[in-house]
Amino acid sequence: MSPSPSVRYTGPAIALHWLLALAIVGSFCVGLYMTELPISPQRLKLYNWHKWAGICILALSALRLLWRLTHQPPADVPMPAWQRRASHAVHGLLYGLFFAVPLAGWAYSSAAGFPVVVFGVLPLPDFVSPDKALAEAIKPLHKILAFTLAALALAHVGAALKHHFVDRDGLLDRMRPGRA
Amino acid sequence: MKTYLLVSALSVAALFAAPACAQQLVPAGSEIAFTSKQMGVPVDGKFRKFDAQVVFDPKKPEAAKIAFSIDLASVSLGAAETEAEVVKPDWFDTKKFPQASFQSAAVKTAGAGKFEVTGKLTIKGASQNVVVPVALAQSGGITTATGGFVLKRLDFRIGDGDWKDTSMVANDVQVKFKLALTGVGAL
Repeated sequence: MSPSPSVRYTGPAIALHWLLALAIVGSFCVGLYMTELPISPQRLKLYNWHKWAGICILALSALRLLWRLTHQPPADVPMPAWQRRASHAVHGLLYGLFFAVPLAGWAYSSAAGFPVVVFGVLPLPDFVSPDKALAEAIKPLHKILAFTLAALALAHVGAALKHHFVDRDGLLDRMRPGRA
Repeated sequence: MKTYLLVSALSVAALFAAPACAQQLVPAGSEIAFTSKQMGVPVDGKFRKFDAQVVFDPKKPEAAKIAFSIDLASVSLGAAETEAEVVKPDWFDTKKFPQASFQSAAVKTAGAGKFEVTGKLTIKGASQNVVVPVALAQSGGITTATGGFVLKRLDFRIGDGDWKDTSMVANDVQVKFKLALTGVGAL
C-alpha cells in the first residue's frame, strides 16, 4: 500500500531533511578525519569548514524546527505501539542533538580560545570564555553527542528502510524528493 | 617621626636621582602580546619571558635608549599543541633563534605623554625598521608604557613553507605591549 500524496511531508520539510542529512553526515566525516591530522594548513582549513558547517546546521535546524512546529507531519504508518513510541523518541532526540552537537562544538571552540568566525567574515560571540579546563571538559561532550547523533541517525535510516522494504508500507515516498 | 622624615628625604632624593640611572622593568606589570588571524579568526598569544634595558628621561627623549629581548620559546598561545608547533623551524625556530630583539634608534615626542620610537626589530635573523607609538602613564612610582604596531610575519619568515599562504594565516600580526618601569622621571 502506497501513501496518497496528501500524506507526504511538505516541500520545505523534505528539502531541509535532505540538506541537513547531507550536511550532518559530511560534518561528521570531516570531524572524524580532521582530528587525526597533524597541524597543517589543510587541518586548519578543515577545522574552519567544520565549524562553518556546524553553524549552518544550527541555523537550518532552527528553521526546520520552526517549520516542524507550524506544519503537521503526515500521520504515522500503521505499526505496533512500541515502535511508534520508539520512533517518536528517536525523532525527538535527533532534533535535540541537531542543536546540542553544534552548540557543544561552538562552546568548545570558544573555550579553546578560537572564536568562531563564520566563512572567515562573521565573528560569532563567545558564550563561554576561553578556559583550558572547560575546553577539555567540553571536547569529549561534543564527541559523545556527535556519536550519539550518528547512532540515532543509523537507527533512523535502518527503521525507514525496514518499513519500506520489509513492511512494504511505502514510507520512503513520504520523504522522497521530487513530485509525489 | 624621625624615621618618617628620613624615609621621605630618601624618597625625594631617589626621585631626583632616578633619571640619572637606568630604568628598571617590573615584569609583573608588563606584558607583550600579539594577535594573528587564522582564516579570519583572531588568535591571541603572549610571551612569558622578556627583558628590557631602558634609559629614558621624559625631559630628554632624544637621548633615550630602549632595548628589548624576548624569549620566543616562552610563547603562550592557549593550546599546548599550538605552542609545540610555533617553536618549530617553519615558525620561530627557537633552537636557532632563541630571542627576538628590538633596539631603538630614535625617540621623539609626539604630544603630552606620547612618544614615537623608531628602531630595529630582529626576529629569526631578519631585521626590519619599525615605528612604534608609545603612550606613558605614571602612578605610584610606576611608569607604564603602552603601545603597539603591526608587523608582517613573512618579513621575518614566521610561518614558512606550507604556511606562507596568507589566506590561511594573515601576514599582518598585531603586536601590543605594556611595560611597567620604575625610576622614570616625572612627565
